[in-house]
Amino acid sequence: MLSWLEALIILLVLTNFALLGSSRLASLIRLVALQGMLLGIITIASQPGAASARIYILALGNIATKCLLFPWLFYRAVKEVNIRREVEPYVGYNLSLLAGVISFGLSLWLGDRLPFPTKAFSDLAVPTVFFMLWVGLLLIISRNKAITQVVGYLVMENGIYLFGISFVEAAPLFVELGVLLDVIVGVFIMGIIIHQIDRQFDTLHVGQLANLKD
Amino acid sequence: MAGPHFLLWSELCFLCAALICCFASSNARLASIVGAAGSIIGCVLGLLSATSMLSMGTSFTLNLPCTIPLASLHFKVDALSALFLILIDGLSLLFTLYGVSYLYEYRSKRSLGGPWCAFNLLVASMGVVVTSQNGVLFLIGWELMALSSFFLVMFEGDSNKGRDVGITYLIATHLGTLFLLVMFILMAVSSGSFEFDAFRTHQPSRTLLTTLFLCAVIGFGTKAGLMPFHVWLPEAHPAAPSHVSALMSGVMIKTGIYGILRLISLAGMPPLWWGWLLIGMGFVSAVGGVLFALAQHDLKKLLAYHSVENIGIIVLGIGLGVLGLGSGSPPLALTGFLGALLHVINHGIFKGLLFLGAGAIFRATGTRQLDELGGLLKKMPATGYCFLIGALAISGLPPLNGFVSEFLIYIGSFRGGIELAQPSNLFCFIIILGLTLIGGLACACFSKAFGIVFLGEPRQAVSSSHTLPPAMKWPMIILAGLCIAIGVFPVPIVRFLLPCASQIFPVQQPEVPFSAMTSTLNLLTHITATSLILLLLIFFIFRLRRLFLGNRKVTSEVTWDCGYAKPTPRMQYTASSFAQSILQLFQPFLPSHKALSRSLTYFPGSESISFSSHTPDHFQQSFYWPLFHWVDKRFSILRRFQHGKMQVYVLFIAAALIALLIWQLGAVQ
Repeated sequence: MLSWLEALIILLVLTNFALLGSSRLASLIRLVALQGMLLGIITIASQPGAASARIYILALGNIATKCLLFPWLFYRAVKEVNIRREVEPYVGYNLSLLAGVISFGLSLWLGDRLPFPTKAFSDLAVPTVFFMLWVGLLLIISRNKAITQVVGYLVMENGIYLFGISFVEAAPLFVELGVLLDVIVGVFIMGIIIHQIDRQFDTLHVGQLANLKD
Repeated sequence: MAGPHFLLWSELCFLCAALICCFASSNARLASIVGAAGSIIGCVLGLLSATSMLSMGTSFTLNLPCTIPLASLHFKVDALSALFLILIDGLSLLFTLYGVSYLYEYRSKRSLGGPWCAFNLLVASMGVVVTSQNGVLFLIGWELMALSSFFLVMFEGDSNKGRDVGITYLIATHLGTLFLLVMFILMAVSSGSFEFDAFRTHQPSRTLLTTLFLCAVIGFGTKAGLMPFHVWLPEAHPAAPSHVSALMSGVMIKTGIYGILRLISLAGMPPLWWGWLLIGMGFVSAVGGVLFALAQHDLKKLLAYHSVENIGIIVLGIGLGVLGLGSGSPPLALTGFLGALLHVINHGIFKGLLFLGAGAIFRATGTRQLDELGGLLKKMPATGYCFLIGALAISGLPPLNGFVSEFLIYIGSFRGGIELAQPSNLFCFIIILGLTLIGGLACACFSKAFGIVFLGEPRQAVSSSHTLPPAMKWPMIILAGLCIAIGVFPVPIVRFLLPCASQIFPVQQPEVPFSAMTSTLNLLTHITATSLILLLLIFFIFRLRRLFLGNRKVTSEVTWDCGYAKPTPRMQYTASSFAQSILQLFQPFLPSHKALSRSLTYFPGSESISFSSHTPDHFQQSFYWPLFHWVDKRFSILRRFQHGKMQVYVLFIAAALIALLIWQLGAVQ
């Protein structure tokens, strides 16, 4: 039986594939924003019965940061450095999609094998968590623009967030807040670093960082 | 009982002072005051704690709540710990006093907060090492000790040489710690806990004991500076400020000795070959150390090599004690351990004194090169006479303390040579042989050091404005006084050491034969008598000299120079020429590099003729360098993984993560 909650999760999975397949930075940013929105809705929808105020705050906070604040910061960064698209990624888009399919299979297997003390709200939740982690890592590994990398980190964070709300009774609120804080700091630092790399090397190609090794 | 409280407060005192110094680094005055005050109060409290234990005669424990996994804050002060605690805190107290004025000279050039912070941490961590009863706690203390002393060695780390020295020290000490880590983990695996008490009551297998002992010899031997693990020591000790050199050489390396003794006390009855191995290594260290010392031109490096030598003597004593234990002769074991422990104390005293003296010389002249010094006895009489007493003591001459401890080891070796069965008694003869050889060579070496530095004509202009401040003078005088006191009255200190030495005996040896020591103690009373006679004789000769010279006019003239018109101080015997005849004898063991350029003209100018000799460390040149080069070559493949591409680093992490997940989840269910 496919409930509409599971449909939302599948939509989330599809956004990940779209992330792997798109080269334009603007569409990447839109897709992560969409992920943030979906996660916010899933937060509320995953609660059986009436959701508490805590859940609403969590959902709204999530949407506010990941759907509005971070995309806005990203847009600004993109506009500032005037880059439109990812050029010559280390791993091509078709290959990335293929790797995505393989990692989705791996995630399904892992989600099946990994024992949890309590059950998640949906059987798809845990595999999706793993899938988002792999996609985030894949983006970081295979792309060479700093902004895409930050998007990768954000996708990973989204995965961790999904993990948190899957076990929202078990995970205390401050852990979630901690993760969120982490990512805010991460995004700000990345924003600064993007700016600095751009100024220093005149490019956002992170391969330039290899010059810094000893 | 107040012992545990004193111990706790002493450690807290060091730590607080270290913390404050950390933040007061810009204010030299504040850092000096807080660092010294913390160290002095901490040392006094530590001394109180140790003496309260020794006066009560029962050990005490201190258990604090602790949340570090596997560790427990379990301290115990028994007689052995108390002895080392007295050594650490007593000497640190004097070195702190000295260090206040010594370091204050540097206030305009360097921040003093760091050195004082590290100094306090070093003293505190040594206290932790000798009192901890838990393997993890011990290692934490050990690591803290290594790091704080590393920062002190890096005091002059802004030069290339200083940095290399520091890195060498860091690598060496961590290689040693690696073996200790293995040792403690093996102990914990076999006994089920990192607590020492658990291991004490546990009966480990023979092979495990062998492994533990070898790990301990390498790990603790590296810290103690036992040859061939000593290469860091002659580099690192001279690099630190002088009071820290004194602390490292006199005290810190003794924690390695403490470790070996503690392991012997935990391990049960040791097999005989432990003793053979220790005696062999002690012999190599002692003779090798003194030979390399003889070839040095740098005063502090010379002293550092003498630390290797003295650690060798201490290990000879321990080896003798182990032979006694292993062959079931407790009186022999007691004599050996007594000699070793007494030498631990004595070496701390006279080596501390000599390093403080070297610091005073460096402060006045700005050099440590023997060949640039000379005639300092007239300019710095206090330093000179203190240094002379230290030099006589380290050479093992009566009536000073170095003689007494070597004498105890001699007695034990003769007794062992007579009592023990075939292979072991040969090792006793090796000890005797070694001690005689060392005694002679050490005398030669310190005749050289004292003669070149303090006698003769000054080779370099010494600024006479450098009068020694009392805070630097008095620690040296106190140490020199201790050298004489222990040398003349050894019986009370040996009696005081008896319970400490018996603490090394394993639990299986319930009765320690104090009564068997009466004959040895009687011999020591003879030393007192002889020494007093000797001192009286010296006094008498001085009186006689004064009597004869009192009403005559004394003038100083140039030595007869065979009619040469313009003698200069550079024509005096140099350090290398003094030692040359002895070094020639040992040429096969000491590969000296000599560079001589001769001039064939009748009137050679200063440019055309030169001679320099340099004796590199054998082990470093022909063992460690090739080894590390080989490792470097083999492992340079790994450099390929360090290419700076961030994406590939993340790929490694992701691959490792996935592999681990698959491995772990593939196994369950």
